[in-house]
Amino acid sequence: MSETVTIRLTVNGTAVERDVQPRLNLVDFLRDDLGLTGTHWSCEHGACGACTVRVDGNIVRGCLIFAVQLGGANVETIEGLAESGALAELQAAFHARNAVQCGFCTAGMLLTADALLRRDPDPRRETIRAALSANYCRCTGYHAIVDAVADAARERTKRP
Amino acid sequence: MKAPPFRYARPRTLEAALKLLAAGGDGARLLAGGQSLVPALNMRLLEPTMLIDINGVDELNGISESRSGIRVGALTRQAMLGASDIVARRAPLLTTAVPFIAHEAIRNRGTFGGSLAQADPAAELPACVVALDAQLEIAGPRGRRRVASRDFFKGVYETALARDEILVAAEIPAQRGATLFLELARRQGDYAIAGLAGWAALQQGRIAEARLVFFGTDIRAIDAKAAAAALATSVEAAIAALDHDLKPVADFNASAAMKRHLAGALLRRACATVMARAA
Repeated sequence: MSETVTIRLTVNGTAVERDVQPRLNLVDFLRDDLGLTGTHWSCEHGACGACTVRVDGNIVRGCLIFAVQLGGANVETIEGLAESGALAELQAAFHARNAVQCGFCTAGMLLTADALLRRDPDPRRETIRAALSANYCRCTGYHAIVDAVADAARERTKRP
Repeated sequence: MKAPPFRYARPRTLEAALKLLAAGGDGARLLAGGQSLVPALNMRLLEPTMLIDINGVDELNGISESRSGIRVGALTRQAMLGASDIVARRAPLLTTAVPFIAHEAIRNRGTFGGSLAQADPAAELPACVVALDAQLEIAGPRGRRRVASRDFFKGVYETALARDEILVAAEIPAQRGATLFLELARRQGDYAIAGLAGWAALQQGRIAEARLVFFGTDIRAIDAKAAAAALATSVEAAIAALDHDLKPVADFNASAAMKRHLAGALLRRACATVMARAA
């Protein structure tokens, strides 16, 4: 096996230092090395969106970036963002609209929807659908998720 | 699946990256945005012995304006390209095309130069740089050279880049006419089944000059010169002339005949749109 590299980065506001093999992707690093299992992996080739996390403020596919590349980076996952309240309206709307069935895709959906609402606070329904096309859900048929994001957009306008 | 083991290097300069690439031999691969390379690693389609991560090479990054147009560094993220005011002003075809590239999470990471070097025949950016007559700047152990975009793309995943060379930037002349961009895909963000990137210069409500570059139909982006010339006669003549320009190749989405049909449909639609905008 290849040798390890020491990386120092910030994950959900906490400084982290670990030795990693170069082949270790960010999702496996978060789940296996840091115990942050809210980020899921599924397709491992960038199609499904289950592994969506934020790196330096922008959403990325966690399966398409290696932990070794993230020295100095600021990584935010569903755990940190949920705790901060940044996703509160989306979480409440997903609950109210039954936009969660098995829940496997939900963390990725929330991060993708949040990125949309930060860019476009009042999206049209087609815009929501286009943004969510980046994330697969195999249970809900998507309509409830689109409804939830539309509701959350309205709720967010009430933010102080 | 997971990527196979590899050695990892993160050079800070282009010179250092070129040295690593030369020393690494056939087992070395450049890692830019990784949005095509890492899936190939995870699926074990590739097993490089070394990845040379060029994300820290600042001189490859950024967009600047020149007298004749713009210069786009190879490491510029697709999202940055799409959000750039300079690009929107001088090469709006690129601004229009970027939202069709995959999804936001992928555009945040995927690079302009990576898409060109990957040379997927159904990708948007190769077609755009051909339509805009970009000059591609390439660095290698024998120094720098420039290749016209029309000579850069050779075939499926094949370019004019030698194994020991790195794409540095594209020099893109200011776009001359109104943007033409249309793409047919089964879902938002998928690679195109057929697409058209180009521009049209209008005079007295007629298309006086146009560039029509088709992607997703052939083994590379195709500059449809015969069709563009035939536009002087009529749109239907241009659609018929596509027989001279295109050699459509079937893929899992569509037969060759289907792609030929869709190319004509896209051309008809693009002309109608640009004329309606001018009216």
